[in-house]
Amino acid sequence: MSQTTTSPALPARAADMAEPSRLGNRLFEGLTFVSAMMIGVLFLLVAYVLIDGARLAMSQYGWEFLTNTHWNPVTDNYGALPFIFGTVVTSAIALIIAVPLSIGTAIFLTDLAPLRLRQPLTSIIEMLAAVPSVIWGLWGLFVLLPWLHDYPYTWVSKHLSGIPLVAGPIQGAGACIMSAGIIVAIMILPIVTSVSREILRSVPDLQREAAYGLGATRWEVTRIAVLSYARRGLMGAAVLGLGRALGETMAVTMVVGNSPKINASLLQPGWTLASVIANQFGEAATDIQRSVLFEIGLVLVCVTILVNIGALLLIKSIDGPGSRRA
Amino acid sequence: MNKFLIAGLLGLLTLSAQAADITLTGSGSTFVKPAMDKWADAYDKKGTGVKVTYAGGGSGTGQKNVQDGTVDFAGSDGPLSDAALAIARSKDNNILHLPVVAGAVVIIYNVPGVTNLKLDGATIANIYLGKITKWNDPAIASQNPDDKLPDADISTVHRSDGSGTTFIFTDYLSNVSADWKKNVGKATTVEWPGTGVGQSGSAGVAGQVQKTVGGIGYVELIYAANNKISYADIKNANGKYVTASLDSVSDALGTATIPADFRFSFVNAPGDTSYPISGVTWLMVPQHSKDAAKGAKLVEFLKWIYNDADAKKMAHDLNYAPIPDAVVKRVLTTIDTIK
Repeated sequence: MSQTTTSPALPARAADMAEPSRLGNRLFEGLTFVSAMMIGVLFLLVAYVLIDGARLAMSQYGWEFLTNTHWNPVTDNYGALPFIFGTVVTSAIALIIAVPLSIGTAIFLTDLAPLRLRQPLTSIIEMLAAVPSVIWGLWGLFVLLPWLHDYPYTWVSKHLSGIPLVAGPIQGAGACIMSAGIIVAIMILPIVTSVSREILRSVPDLQREAAYGLGATRWEVTRIAVLSYARRGLMGAAVLGLGRALGETMAVTMVVGNSPKINASLLQPGWTLASVIANQFGEAATDIQRSVLFEIGLVLVCVTILVNIGALLLIKSIDGPGSRRA
Repeated sequence: MNKFLIAGLLGLLTLSAQAADITLTGSGSTFVKPAMDKWADAYDKKGTGVKVTYAGGGSGTGQKNVQDGTVDFAGSDGPLSDAALAIARSKDNNILHLPVVAGAVVIIYNVPGVTNLKLDGATIANIYLGKITKWNDPAIASQNPDDKLPDADISTVHRSDGSGTTFIFTDYLSNVSADWKKNVGKATTVEWPGTGVGQSGSAGVAGQVQKTVGGIGYVELIYAANNKISYADIKNANGKYVTASLDSVSDALGTATIPADFRFSFVNAPGDTSYPISGVTWLMVPQHSKDAAKGAKLVEFLKWIYNDADAKKMAHDLNYAPIPDAVVKRVLTTIDTIK
């Protein structure tokens, strides 16, 4: 039957149809590609500046810069070891304190808290992340440090002074590696809690229900169904916190004691890579002093990269969700 | 769109052409910054058409900037070393050192029940070397027979950032203690022997000492005076215990022998009323200005600082010790050599 109504002039073949506009697509792909590349380019620029600035110090000191323990601007004898020690130890203390607390908080927020409490508590924790680093440093200096000095440190130095890990007369009203570790722990709590909470929320309810169905108790459900499923994600959250801990500058410099020494005791002052740069760059008068501080920056970037690679390898070795191991 | 762009650019150009005021830039010592900011403000208000901006940033930054030529002048609590000056001269960029204000470093302490501590140089050096560790050590007790000194540990506090205050302090300690001179030396940052913590800025050191029972530290006189922190009387080269003040610093400066290039130190100065831990801040100015017009304006500004009664009063009100008139005459002669 032939059509009597007129139809719009449709092309006879599909191949004759006009091409849809590709410009929008191409522009979108191009822009996102450039944004992704920018991050790589920025990193390369930072690396270039650091290596260029550190050239003088690297040629003068070589590898022994990493094992030298002195920091003497008068005789130009510099070494990075006390700072590497300080950075690694404060970050380790911060992780040991913050990660269990954060995961515990995240479990509480996702599984155990009454429904009405969840959103307010989450908001409060996220507000902690918004507090600037310097404010934490001031709070640490004026509130935390005196309390730590008067109660825990004094008690420990009276009763446990035999143990090398906590030995020694308390210097500077409590400014020490331990205090810096505690402040950094408080600072990375919000971010690790927040990411852990997201990870735990993404565990499918099916896992929990299956565990309940098998007769598990609340803790067993959390341990077997939730935590082991989310293991990798939680480690990722811890690595995120570690990254922030390694670079923390202002809060640490106010409470760490700023003394470039390596001590077995955690209650003695120390110094970190980021803090020494912040303290000394403004007054670095000679070329070698400036170059040494650039080299410290380079060491910090390398330590951060190495620690992150180590953490990623560790995460890879843990089985992901859905594997049989419980 | 092109027309608007051109119009906008032309507008900007005319605007910038109208801002024909000359701007002099400086950077460096934060010790002299309060005075410099006040001088810059007053000089601008006089209607000279010269704007002076002083950025601070520390003596080290100032020294580097003036050697590189990125600023017109710098403030520094420590002079350029011979080596650095030789390099500058070889590039036809002799840097003149003009002493502008003097200040002192005072020793603050936190010992309950003690308000008027007396110390001498050797004792302070030994405290910071870690050789004297308790407040009731005979070396301290013998100088303070009327005070009851506790059997408490001494907690030393030093500057963790590079600072002219540290330079003056370590200069003094090198002068009074051969041990300090050999093992530590003088600089804006040193490797502090013994135990002790560092804090950033005079405010950091003062805060730390006030919180630490048994603490001892060093800060600028101006900072201690403005914040009403008590400090120790120090024994000077003539054996007298002197309290730091503008007068005792000026007395010390009056006895100093100042060479032609004005690079000198007057720690442990002779004289009964001289305060031993004093130092001067220099304005570092290139002798040959790259821009003749700017150079002329800079010379006028410098002469104003040294001659004008208002300028001198501003510095005095901010608690800076002035440079003696005889020295000022020599400085003005040197300023005339700037071309």
